[in-house]
Amino acid sequence: MSEKLFSYTALFNTPDEIIHAAKAVADKGYTKFDVNTPYPVHGMDSAMKLKTSKLGFVTLFAGLGGAALALLTMGWMMGIDYPNVIGGKPFFPLPAFIPITFELTVLVATLSTVAFLLFFFFKLPNNRHPLHDTNYMKNVSSDKYGVSIEAEDPKFNLEEVKSLFESLHASVIEPVYFDEEEVNYKPKIADGKFLAFLAAVAIFVSVSAYTHLNYLLYIVPFNWMAEQGKLVPQSTNDIFTNGSSMQTPVEGSVARGFIPYAFKDKPDEAGKFLVNPLIPNEQNLAVGKNKFNIYCSPCHGYLAEGDSRLRGQFPNPPSLHSEKVRGWSDGRIYHVIVEGQNVMPSYSSQLSREERWAVVNYIRVLQRSLNAKESDL
Amino acid sequence: MGSIDYTQELSVVEGKPALRELDELISKPLDSKPDIKFYIALAVTLTMLTIGAIGLTASLYYGTGLWGNNNPVGWGFPIVNFVFWIGIGHAGTLISAILFLFRQKWRTGIARFAEGMTIFAVITAMIFPIIHTGRPWLAAIYLLPYPNQHSLWVNFTSPLLWDVFAVSTYFTVSFVFWYIGLIPDFATLRDRTSNKIKKIIYSVTSLGWRHSNRHWQNYELTYLILAGFATPLVLSVHTIVSFDFAVAILPGWHTTIFPPYFVAGAVFSGFAMVQNVLIFIRKIFNYEHIITMDTLERMNKIILLTGMLVGYAYSMEFFIAWYSGVQPEVFAFMNRAFGDYFWAYWIMFSCNVFIPQLFWFKKVRRSIPFMFVIAVLVNVGMWFERFVITVTSLSRDYLPSSWAYFKPTLTDASLLIGSFGLFFTLVLLFTKSLPVISIAEVKAVVDGSQPKHGDH
Ligand code: HEC
Repeated sequence: MSEKLFSYTALFNTPDEIIHAAKAVADKGYTKFDVNTPYPVHGMDSAMKLKTSKLGFVTLFAGLGGAALALLTMGWMMGIDYPNVIGGKPFFPLPAFIPITFELTVLVATLSTVAFLLFFFFKLPNNRHPLHDTNYMKNVSSDKYGVSIEAEDPKFNLEEVKSLFESLHASVIEPVYFDEEEVNYKPKIADGKFLAFLAAVAIFVSVSAYTHLNYLLYIVPFNWMAEQGKLVPQSTNDIFTNGSSMQTPVEGSVARGFIPYAFKDKPDEAGKFLVNPLIPNEQNLAVGKNKFNIYCSPCHGYLAEGDSRLRGQFPNPPSLHSEKVRGWSDGRIYHVIVEGQNVMPSYSSQLSREERWAVVNYIRVLQRSLNAKESDL
Repeated sequence: MGSIDYTQELSVVEGKPALRELDELISKPLDSKPDIKFYIALAVTLTMLTIGAIGLTASLYYGTGLWGNNNPVGWGFPIVNFVFWIGIGHAGTLISAILFLFRQKWRTGIARFAEGMTIFAVITAMIFPIIHTGRPWLAAIYLLPYPNQHSLWVNFTSPLLWDVFAVSTYFTVSFVFWYIGLIPDFATLRDRTSNKIKKIIYSVTSLGWRHSNRHWQNYELTYLILAGFATPLVLSVHTIVSFDFAVAILPGWHTTIFPPYFVAGAVFSGFAMVQNVLIFIRKIFNYEHIITMDTLERMNKIILLTGMLVGYAYSMEFFIAWYSGVQPEVFAFMNRAFGDYFWAYWIMFSCNVFIPQLFWFKKVRRSIPFMFVIAVLVNVGMWFERFVITVTSLSRDYLPSSWAYFKPTLTDASLLIGSFGLFFTLVLLFTKSLPVISIAEVKAVVDGSQPKHGDH
């Protein structure tokens, strides 16, 4: 413990005495002194010869900064980054920007003023100041008025200060000491308690993030309405006698866009009478290629050679380059797509009529490319 | 305390209490164990809060279909409650900031409390628009402009978004203002407590304040600056809230009188609420000579004044509707007074315009029972004002085929009750955890606390 003198203090009972004392101390030329009062005493600033506060400038510039920030951000977002006409307003609707500009001006100005006041002007928080926990501080924070002249003042002289206070009729005069170690104490990062605190924070954050992402998001009501109080096709239902939500359509009802197929189970007639409505062109061949690769190629192979990619899980189909298929009319191939053939299922629900004809055209292209005529070469 | 002479009535603080006695009196609720009255009060407010919590949980689990909101009336109770509570908050800022700028010393006794009520009212209010979004945990995504995958920004031209900025700024600034005021008091509490834990808490919250005059100088300037900002801010908040309505084209909403009319109404209801609560506080904690009868009387005068402003606005709305010659406007107002919701309109009109007229009589202004009942009715009336504005206009819009009658549900009621529960729970906890009167400010206005030959 190295106790050093911080300051000499004097307590007074009335506001008049303290104003008088502050004037006297300031007149003597002391600069490192302070007056501590439970509330601001009128006229003390001039008695202490304090300069006017510069805090107003902080407010001014922060406020202007806030206004500029608001206008520029809104202008950029609504006019440049994602221009959007809203209510017929221009891309920079100044009147509509005024409310938020005002709010941000106030917000930035007040927060900066207060932050500067506390952290920059006052250098708070500071609970290690020598005056804390002294008899002096206990009195000035309640009902006494005090002056404290610091030992670091260039004019400080113990005897002079003492006699000055005595001549001012101070009620209490006492020195304030401080412990250098305590005042100059710097917190270390490698402190056990601090590290334990960090670990606790880390564990808390990880656990809560984990439960949030893995559990919380999957329970009602946080699960993006995954469960809804509505009827889904397979659910039960009290309204209908058969207890099912999905009802079979009334007999004879026809699905929208449905056209009956005239050649059901009549492949030969289909081959004879069905006419391909599409003249092959770049567009419908592209459609045909796309649909063929999606729906047919898993079994028939990309080039229709019957080289299935199903590795024997389904009977391999014959090549579509056979004499037989090459000899078929477009309508006959179309019929296979509509009805399927033996183990091959129907593709009428996956492919629209146009798409089926486009696939037929594409098969023709594949066939022609493997068995090109003399004239093609 | 026996030595204080209460017979001599002074304008701000009655008697001439010694400063140390003020410390004692104001910090007494913090040092003493709460008594049975406190627990009863807390039980009541917590019950109300629980009712609200149940309603809220149900609303979130089953969805907002539990509310009475229907197709034309999409706003219903949540927005009515929002506007009501924001309005309650306004009195606090008015007392702490505007009266400060006007150098009204009588504000010192009630400023801290009123500011606290502002903060609690704004917290209560903020809940409603957020739960009105249906999934409040996603609200930040809808409300704040932040860089996102969709590269979408919020709509800065919408009054609803202005509200987001206005209300959050209002909350932040009120909170900072309140905290700045509390710092010296925390320091005083820190220096008088003998409890170790309290000492640590107060040391942290006081930030190591030293009552230094070099600090007081900047502190007072900051207080002035904050008051200077809070004043236009509080006016802007209810103005922007009124834009939510006024910028829409609905008959009965699309009027230019809304901003001043809303601000007056907010101050009106806020003062009524502050007055109600103060009546209890001064009685329970023996603050009769700090929150004096004169102070209450002044508040009643402000209630009278703002009540008449509101009454003027009601009449002017009718006049303009007729004078404009716009049929839907005329219809909207006739419908308000004589349509399906006539009962709501006349509750509003009598509570807000007729009943406060009793404050013309000095006897009424200075009688606790009378002023209490009147202020309660004022708040009933002001809640119905928001109901009338929101619901009558929406339920009878331009398109008669979509008209519908709005009927609140039990869930709506539980949320309203819960909001009162939340507000009063916060108020109660506040009275036991923080000095409800600004110690430093009151000391500064006690007689003899300023130098006689000061150069002011
Ligand atoms: C699930 C595997 C599979 C898919 C997918 C498939 N087929 Fe087949 N396909 C077969 C099989 C197996 C046969 C042989 C059927 C038989 O035994 O007659 C066949 C036969 C055919 C035949 C008759 C060949 C012949 O020589 O008799 C044609 C034409 C045909 N498919 C066209 C298509 C078209 C066009 C598609 C695409 C829409 C397609 N297939 C999709 C398995 C498939």
